[in-house]
Amino acid sequence: MERLNGTGVSPGVGYGPVHRLVSTVPEPPADAVHTGDAEAEKARAMVALEEVAADLEARGERAGGDAREVLAAQAMMARDPGLAGDVDLLVGRGATAARAVYEAFGKYREMLAGAGAYLAARVADLDDIRDRAVARLLGVPLPGLPEGAARPYVLVARDLAPADTALIDRGSVAAFVTEEGGPTSHTAILARAMGIPAVVACPGATTIEEGTLVLADGASGVVRLSPTDEEVETARNAASAREAVLAAATGPGCTADGYEVPLLANIGGPADLPTALENEAQGVGLYRTEFLFLDRTTPPTVDEQEAAYREVLEAFPGGRVVVRVLDAGADKPLAFLPPPGEEPNPALGERGLRMLLRNRPTLTGQLEALARAAQGTTAKLQVMAPMVAGLAEAEEFVAACRAAGVETAGIMIEIPAAAIRASDLGPAVDFFSIGTNDLAQYTFAADRQVGSLSALQDPWQPALLDLIAMTAEGAKAAGRPCGVCGEAAADPALACVLVGLGVTSLSMGAPALPLVRAALSRHTRAQCEAAAVAARQGQTADEARDLARGLLPGLSDLAL
Amino acid sequence: MAERTVRVESEVGLHARPAATFVQTASKAPIDVTLSKAGGAPVSAKSILAVLALDVRHGEQITLRAEGEGAEELLDELSRIVSETK
Repeated sequence: MERLNGTGVSPGVGYGPVHRLVSTVPEPPADAVHTGDAEAEKARAMVALEEVAADLEARGERAGGDAREVLAAQAMMARDPGLAGDVDLLVGRGATAARAVYEAFGKYREMLAGAGAYLAARVADLDDIRDRAVARLLGVPLPGLPEGAARPYVLVARDLAPADTALIDRGSVAAFVTEEGGPTSHTAILARAMGIPAVVACPGATTIEEGTLVLADGASGVVRLSPTDEEVETARNAASAREAVLAAATGPGCTADGYEVPLLANIGGPADLPTALENEAQGVGLYRTEFLFLDRTTPPTVDEQEAAYREVLEAFPGGRVVVRVLDAGADKPLAFLPPPGEEPNPALGERGLRMLLRNRPTLTGQLEALARAAQGTTAKLQVMAPMVAGLAEAEEFVAACRAAGVETAGIMIEIPAAAIRASDLGPAVDFFSIGTNDLAQYTFAADRQVGSLSALQDPWQPALLDLIAMTAEGAKAAGRPCGVCGEAAADPALACVLVGLGVTSLSMGAPALPLVRAALSRHTRAQCEAAAVAARQGQTADEARDLARGLLPGLSDLAL
Repeated sequence: MAERTVRVESEVGLHARPAATFVQTASKAPIDVTLSKAGGAPVSAKSILAVLALDVRHGEQITLRAEGEGAEELLDELSRIVSETK
């Protein structure tokens, strides 16, 4: 049986025939010219744009709530006088109405796409309006939902736009599956709000044939094609059993015998806070700060940074917030920093702390903003540096933190050298956080971006487990906490093994928190330790996984 | 020519709801009205796409200009919208 893997963002199991929502509106050819009556052609274009605007407004009125506002704003875009002026100009030069509308949108599309993350997200809205107007002018069907489907369908799309989903009725959709998107995409938010299972970031989704019966698991992210009746039944039972278990697992993370393991969220900005709080994160274990710096020509001011940090600190009164300073380099270049020299292997180049130590004002500005943001809040601010290879760098970073008034300074362990000599680094810093994704990349000399090497990214590989154990031992000897923030922590079985290896906190994408919380609560610390010992006896990732799972009986309650 | 330079107080800058309210108000007026950032070219305050693309953030200054009957009142109204904190 064929299966696809994506990211589960709204739990539950959905089963039904696939309906593909594919935007098939073609681009009108660049040499499409009208027959001569420019005024009539301009009028056609204006009528189409006005019809689109009226239709969007009407959809908004019927849907109500937030959708009304979103769609009203889209209607304003369709009626934009600047856009209309451009369409006039293009038709005046001979373009057909459809081509003129297409090109006129293109100009604004570029302006929005180049102006930061918030506006880049509006580009999808703009494309949707353009496609609706062009479809009317070409007389092709509008992108939309099937009318009067006989049974609930699984809606499959590249991604979903607000206008696609505003009128979806809970009873007609069994699940959403999208090729793109993430936990904070429109699809994910809508699916959770409606209680519809959803899988996003699922490569290959849009190639599933219309009408194929699929089973989508919004918790594990697995999409099975043409499953048997028995498999559907099993999945449904497992999903309801798992829901009952998850509903019962609340509160701070701890093992069955009461050993506390704080469960934290990885976030990329304040926009991720609602998901973190919904999933009962006890704090933030990885606050990626790149969003403040990317896509701009001047560095963010200390005031601007302070506000973005404070917003997160205030969301977790008394909790911990671990902030990673800017992790940029040749793979993520910043316009306002001098470009690094030619780097054939950017992952091995001047990135992370290496880059910051050569651009001190960026580092000191960020540390100053962090120290200021922490004043007057009760959250415990902890700041850490990415890409630390050895003691000298660690000491330099800690000194910079102290000078800026940041009290707790730690380092990420993602380079094998740092893991191997963790016992040297422990006394020099306040904490460790293991970044398992990069640690795997550097341990196995396997680029994370190369899909064909993904087997070497498997966090169950015994060599990786050994390095994690060495890091945790080094931290323990120095009396320092050692967290994990990486995909490894989001795997409920591996989370138990990590605790057994001596890891003291786990941070992950927030939707994974409930399952990890439940898995931990079903095992004692001694069981976790036994599973960790067994895993390290494996000679391959699969062996390690099987040996550990054999000693973690509580996973079966979770249908894992 | 009426002219006003004001600070944008909305948390989200001149985006989302404040941008929509701003453009709706400007669009109702029978006269031309523009906005610009310091040193930048003015754009029509009646174009939501141009206003969004200007990417005005919280705390930034913008200059509003209008000419004709009711220009002062219009700029008062638009200044009030951008100086609201929500």
